[in-house]
Amino acid sequence: MSGAPPVDAPRHPVPDRAPQRLSDKLLRWETVLLMLLVAVILLDTVLSPYFLDIDNLSDMTQTFSEKAIIALGMALLILAREIDLSVSAIVALGSLAMGLCAAYGAGPVELVAVAIGVGALCGAFNGMLVTRFGLPSIVVTIGTMSLFRGIAQVILGDGAITDYPEAFTNLGQNVVVRMPPLYLGFILFVGLAFVFALVLHRTIWGRMIYAIGNSPEAARYSGIPVNRIRLLLFVLTGALSGLASALLTARIGSMRPNIALGWELDIVTMVVLGGVAISGGSGTIPGVVIAVLVLGVATYGLTLVNVPGIVINIVLGLLLVAAIALPIIARRALGAMGAMRRMKP
Amino acid sequence: MAGRSDAAAAADIGSPRLAADADTPEAGRALLRLAGVSKHFPGVRALDGVHLELRAGEATALVGENGAGKSTLVKILTGIEQPDAGEVLIDGEPVSFAGPRDAWSAGVTAIHQETVMFDELSIVENVFMGHMPRRGPLVDWSAMRARTHELLRRLDCDIEPETRVKSLGVAQKHLVEIARALSHDARIVIMDEPTAALSAREIDDLFRIIAQLKSEGRSLLFISHKFEEIFRIADRFVCLRDGKQVGEGRIAETTPQQLVRLMIGRSIEQVFPKRTVPLGGVALEVKGLGNATEFADVSFALRKGEILGLYGLIGAGRSELMQAIFGLSRPASGEIRVNGQPCAIGAPADAIRAGIAYVPEDRQAQGIVPALGVRENVTLASLGRHAGRLLLSRRSELEETRRLGRRFAVRASNWEQRLRELSGGNQQKVVIAKWLATRPQIIILDEPTKGIDVGSKAAVHEFMVELAGEGLAIVLVSSELPEVMGMSDRILVMHEGRIVREFDRSSMDAAAIVTAAAGGGP
Amino acid sequence: MSSLSAGRSREAVLAAIILALVLAIGMRAPVFLSLESLNGVLTDTAVLVMMSLAQMPVILIRGIDLSVAANLALSGMIVALLSIAAPAMPVAAILVIASLVGALLGFVNGALVAFVGIPPIVVTLGTLAIYRGLVFVVSGGEWISSDKMTKDFLDFPHASWLGLSSLVWLAAVVAVSLAVFLGRTRTGRGLYAVGGNPVAARYCGIDLSHRQLLVFTLSGAVAGLCGYLWVARFGIAYTEIALGFELNVIAACVIGGVSIGGGVGTVVGAMLGALFLGVIVNALPVINVSPFWQTAISGGVILGAIIVNARSEYGAGKLILPEARRAAAKDGS
Repeated sequence: MSGAPPVDAPRHPVPDRAPQRLSDKLLRWETVLLMLLVAVILLDTVLSPYFLDIDNLSDMTQTFSEKAIIALGMALLILAREIDLSVSAIVALGSLAMGLCAAYGAGPVELVAVAIGVGALCGAFNGMLVTRFGLPSIVVTIGTMSLFRGIAQVILGDGAITDYPEAFTNLGQNVVVRMPPLYLGFILFVGLAFVFALVLHRTIWGRMIYAIGNSPEAARYSGIPVNRIRLLLFVLTGALSGLASALLTARIGSMRPNIALGWELDIVTMVVLGGVAISGGSGTIPGVVIAVLVLGVATYGLTLVNVPGIVINIVLGLLLVAAIALPIIARRALGAMGAMRRMKP
Repeated sequence: MAGRSDAAAAADIGSPRLAADADTPEAGRALLRLAGVSKHFPGVRALDGVHLELRAGEATALVGENGAGKSTLVKILTGIEQPDAGEVLIDGEPVSFAGPRDAWSAGVTAIHQETVMFDELSIVENVFMGHMPRRGPLVDWSAMRARTHELLRRLDCDIEPETRVKSLGVAQKHLVEIARALSHDARIVIMDEPTAALSAREIDDLFRIIAQLKSEGRSLLFISHKFEEIFRIADRFVCLRDGKQVGEGRIAETTPQQLVRLMIGRSIEQVFPKRTVPLGGVALEVKGLGNATEFADVSFALRKGEILGLYGLIGAGRSELMQAIFGLSRPASGEIRVNGQPCAIGAPADAIRAGIAYVPEDRQAQGIVPALGVRENVTLASLGRHAGRLLLSRRSELEETRRLGRRFAVRASNWEQRLRELSGGNQQKVVIAKWLATRPQIIILDEPTKGIDVGSKAAVHEFMVELAGEGLAIVLVSSELPEVMGMSDRILVMHEGRIVREFDRSSMDAAAIVTAAAGGGP
Repeated sequence: MSSLSAGRSREAVLAAIILALVLAIGMRAPVFLSLESLNGVLTDTAVLVMMSLAQMPVILIRGIDLSVAANLALSGMIVALLSIAAPAMPVAAILVIASLVGALLGFVNGALVAFVGIPPIVVTLGTLAIYRGLVFVVSGGEWISSDKMTKDFLDFPHASWLGLSSLVWLAAVVAVSLAVFLGRTRTGRGLYAVGGNPVAARYCGIDLSHRQLLVFTLSGAVAGLCGYLWVARFGIAYTEIALGFELNVIAACVIGGVSIGGGVGTVVGAMLGALFLGVIVNALPVINVSPFWQTAISGGVILGAIIVNARSEYGAGKLILPEARRAAAKDGS
């Protein structure tokens, strides 16, 4: 090499992307999840003859659609390195607000709007605490979880609200489309999933979220309004929780202060199983959608054979841990094999 | 324990070897040897067959350009990395360091440029973490405190051992690191740019300590760019270039010019591609800018086509000042004008809109998003230009990436390659490309050539001159005196948050600049 | 202000608030200040204190353990079943077995975190569901009531010594042991290092995975012990005991100044945080506030505490200007 330090010039033009190999597609988390979904569906079919009935499957969607809607917002939050554990409490508050408004004769549209509004307000409260005071979202939302649910308990005490207008409860209890039988909740989930996928993977907002989740400081230094986006994501998740609250309340037709108790953990499980790293920065919406289906199908199949809910949770817990552990172990095994191969002369 | 003095207790833990001690290695005996050590990283050969000998009672200077392999060498010596080939020998015996702990136990310790400490813990705990003395099952706090006190006194440092490290200044943290090295009786002490943040008086203190360490039979290896220091305290030198060892010998038998020739492979002075360029109107004007803690009374003007150098010691407040201009912090007082118009800059987005770009000092944390690809990094600050009605146009992004990537000769396997896989120099090019994509009028470069290889460094200098030629106004924040003197039309010197002197090309004098930066001068 | 003095003053303020609360309630209802009443408050809070003390080292090294309540329930159920199967078993053995069961459950968490490298929040979310479900499986969904438990089994939590209940003494023992461990052993100090600066800790040769294994096992052991105490004290064991209790535990730590980012926190702080929550919970019925306010007040207090803690942790910008450094030096300890 000559002594003069030349300005680096690459010898050939840089290609746009690396050559795509089939193994890249196959080794993706979403593919693994799809195989898991197929396996779970097969298992359920074997376990119960009632599984593959179209009406039963439609009913199945009711068991997870509300949580799934919240999971979409939670996915974006976790991608951005935040978390919101207060979502179930927001559902409770939203439900309460709707109940109070229903007593004043509000119609279904107003009730849904109230729920979403209350949810958005709660989300804004969370977001303000995180962005204005720089507090870690996990502890903030543990606090607001107690605060929001506590407010519901103070107002309602031991009681329940059972008076919701029929027009409203129809939204949650009757199918919107006859053939195939589709409930409003499921339609909303699918629709929102498309929108979220588009936003996350094809718009500026999505790119900024990925940047924030990977390198929040570099994102800030690049002019991205990090705090504003964080705040918006909390508001969004709150609003989605409100929407879910409307669907849930309509479906069960009543409300108690312990409504949706424990939902936050199911929702985080949906997101993490969907391939979103808990440390932020990576994950996709399609992954979350497939994970929702995997969990929903697995849960439903087990309930069809009368496995009690709490035992189903064992399965879900194992699934979560295994799903995160296996890729790590596999990568280590592959790495070890690669190292051994490299050691050969 | 009743009746025992602090000193006696300290002596139990192990005191430095005195010259009269039978264990002292005779001066000149090799304590550590590297034989044919090589190390590869994906795409780059960091070290290639390096030989090194560290002898008792001697200080060896490790010289070489940025990217020559010095930090990799230090990482191998301290057990953070393992060599792919070659041997490390201590006292003639080959050793293998599985991790930093092993190197430590073997008596090798390093004092880094960026101090690696436990901010929330006291000096005592920082010094003794990992090897705390015990009385029975419990930690012997009183012995630890006494020993720390003694070590600090030896270093002429009168800070309370219980002080939280968080509240210490850079020089003081260095002293704590040296105390830590002494606390476990390190025989080989490695120092990486030890004087970068120190004032002249603190440098003298450090050299006194180095002389003391040498007299105790220890061996020192230090990395430095500053020839006055090298020739003042080093006995030997080793020179690396592009991972290979290109020279070694006694300092007494060489000259600075010969060292430079070894380092850069040419026998001429460092050449900067500076061209004089007709200056335009005032692009950026700053008046009376200040905040409560970091800088005050800052005023300057910057013209189109001008390269303004901003020099100072580390911690002088230069980056903080630039970050305030860029909107990362809010100054308490003062005014900023761009092209004559007053600008309210509350956030980086405002600055970008006003045409200001900032290439930050900390490339890894602030400049790049390592997990994203080249294309995504290049477009990160100018996403709005690639959005059609709603969706991002990958085609548009690629066009811009190709254009800028070609212009800056970015070496990547493809435009989607993750930034963390690129070399430091190429990462920096991507950062500069990102900012050029925002079509700025003013670009602030904060230590742009820190830690990158010679080729990329020269490329960055070329770009700066090109950009100035195109009418951009450039601020160059740098701690490398030759760079600042070679590239700037004017130099502002900052000291403890204020601008203390200004030099133009005719009045630039190295000694005067350095003096001003240290707070002295007219 | 050096953060050492900031931490101390935070704890002093918290202690003062607790004292003020107790006195204020005592003024409204003097019976509250009687020895039995105070002992009752302390006894009620003892489990929360112990669990918070056990959670503190986990948070210290930047982890979190959400499975503690489920661990408590499972361990409690197991020893309850055990005492039915072997009524002659002495209480001391039951204490040990409960702790060992809990330790094993905690060890599973620690192993998944340390050896597989799964983030603690994910692991403990999973084990939370698994352990809670196992309570159902182990008990067959049945409730075990006090008439099935032996007298010795039930009596221990009600035993009293020098006017304080055995629970309070146990909590004191846990507190003192933890204080000695964290303050005066190498492993304990190493936890602060690992949580404060994991990179630097590695350079010092402090191994993160060993520490993770240790703190999760300890957290589990205490949860197991508290499982027996809970079941025995209330005389009942069923699947849903202590449901959601893990959040109280974490809240107590946070109120007590344990930083969720790791590296910061004291035994005294965690204890005060737990006492604070405990006093509030116990005080409400005494001053005729409906128990339904409890959750809301807890939430408000948590938020208040973290806002206050965050304020004191935040420094201003770097101290570069000489006048700024002089001012700070004057303010400092």
